[in-house]
Amino acid sequence: MTDAQVDPHAPVEGQDPNRRDFIHIAAGAAAVGAGAVAVWPLINQMNPSADTLALASIEFDLTKVAEGQQVVVKWRGKPVFVRYRTPAEIQAARSVSMGELKDPQTDADRVKDGRDQYLVVVGSCTHLGCVPTFGTGDYGGWFCPCHGSHYDTSGRIRKGPAPLNLEVPEYEYLSDTRVRIG
Amino acid sequence: MSDHESTYVPKTAFERWMDSRLPIIRFGADYMALPTPKNLNYWWTFGAILTFCLITQIVTGVVLAMHYVPHVDHAFGSVERIMRDVNGGDLIRYTHANGASMFFLAIYIHMMRGLYYGSYKAPREMIWMLGVVIFLLVMATAFLGYVLPWGQMSFHGAVVITNLIGSIPVIGESITTWLWGGFSVDNPTLNRFFSLHYLLPFVIFGVVVMHLWALHHAGQNNPVGILIPKERTAKDTVPFHPYYTVKDGFALLVFLILFATFVFFNPNALGHADNYIPANPLQTPAHIVPEWYLLPFYAILRAIPDKFGGVIAMFGSIGVLFILPWLDTSKVRSMRYRPTMKLFFLIFVAVALLLGWCGAQLPDAPVIPGLPSPVLFDGELNSYLWLTRLLTAYYFAFFLIIMPIVGLKETPLPVPASIAEPVLDHDESKA
Repeated sequence: MTDAQVDPHAPVEGQDPNRRDFIHIAAGAAAVGAGAVAVWPLINQMNPSADTLALASIEFDLTKVAEGQQVVVKWRGKPVFVRYRTPAEIQAARSVSMGELKDPQTDADRVKDGRDQYLVVVGSCTHLGCVPTFGTGDYGGWFCPCHGSHYDTSGRIRKGPAPLNLEVPEYEYLSDTRVRIG
Repeated sequence: MSDHESTYVPKTAFERWMDSRLPIIRFGADYMALPTPKNLNYWWTFGAILTFCLITQIVTGVVLAMHYVPHVDHAFGSVERIMRDVNGGDLIRYTHANGASMFFLAIYIHMMRGLYYGSYKAPREMIWMLGVVIFLLVMATAFLGYVLPWGQMSFHGAVVITNLIGSIPVIGESITTWLWGGFSVDNPTLNRFFSLHYLLPFVIFGVVVMHLWALHHAGQNNPVGILIPKERTAKDTVPFHPYYTVKDGFALLVFLILFATFVFFNPNALGHADNYIPANPLQTPAHIVPEWYLLPFYAILRAIPDKFGGVIAMFGSIGVLFILPWLDTSKVRSMRYRPTMKLFFLIFVAVALLLGWCGAQLPDAPVIPGLPSPVLFDGELNSYLWLTRLLTAYYFAFFLIIMPIVGLKETPLPVPASIAEPVLDHDESKA
């Protein structure tokens, strides 16, 4: 190769990118884009599928739970506590001032109007998802055996590492004795 | 893989034919002839022991996968079938389950060896960092594998660990749902955990190859911690085979005695009885703890009152190992010549063991029963909560404060100029 043969496409230092540079960048960007598009289905396949999402609601007959007791039903793979609260439990839940709560919420907001006795909460500790047990905590409600979170008779977090109250799932009364959760 | 000059001479026609096509025999011969520091002690045998552990886990695992059914309705039963009906299945499963524990035992000793003798320092940073990657991958694989029998501990362990990820602000919940493939830990979760549990050991194998590549490129460290000068290679090294194949082989046999003791005489000693109860999403075992090898990190997680903070601290406790080569300011590698640092190191080993012990206790329980104590912030001082916090503070201080400062302040003992020197000096003083 002699000195006279200079590549006409070679970029000169300090000059704007030429067409070859543009093609290189465009091709590189297209390859990255195509790669991302190809990888996305491989990632997205792990998200819940439509049939999993479809199994999202259950019905429950409230006559199965007696006063002062709770029934545990499985909903979306997690336990749901349906608790028929005693007047004393309701009283205890309502007498708490908001200032004492880590995640302030009134008891009335956690039940349906006129049906104060039935508390429906997801039985999954808001810390790391263990199932709390009723009657062993310091606040008359639930206690999580994993890392020691205490919940009151309204399922609100009172003590321990959990950040939030037990979740009240979306539910509605189909009749006086029947609820649909989800 | 190794950079020393090849001394292999193909002897037969077949070897010559191969050597000009695929020099795999040369590769093996060079590997065996690798010049190795002649003063390596038994702490250096754990690399070979770990290779054995990885191969054992892969072989027994592949065999177990021939009988295991990754479905929530059949997983527990299929594991019981392996234990009761499959020919020799109990032995294979016990080997695999205890093999995980033996793997971690060897990993921890291997890491402590690296820490004590400064094996992470230049020019060996990549060996160390790849080792930390392997450590993370082994932990992930062990966790995934523990979920597969679908017992109570499997299930609730999976719930707790996946919920950890949910504590990441904003995107945490979506990632958790994505990992679960549903609203909770369920069949899709079990299925993918099985797939990944089968995959990761081969990824580990790949990283191990790089770990060894880096090791043979930079050269092995040794108890004296000095780099062997080129002109002393002949005097200060011996070929890997037969010197270290025999030494590693002997150490492996001793290690196997321990391994076999667990497998044959107390195969469930390191497990939890609760995992022989089929998974029940509606009830959590009263006392949920991870396997022993994850306890120190579990303790660190629980020491922090904030959920996300705890997760950060737990991952940070391993993350700090990545920058370890740059935190150590000392010019001397081996702690044999660093009396001050040696003391802090021994405390660190004790702290790591105590953290593991704390991880198995209830946080609110008193360390000394019956001793009344004042309450500080959210717990009594005489509780595992505060003991764990104290130990966690030392764990991080060791890397982030003690290591940089001691390296600059301490006066190390004189470091010998060659591997032979301390030994020969010793002999002269005797004579």
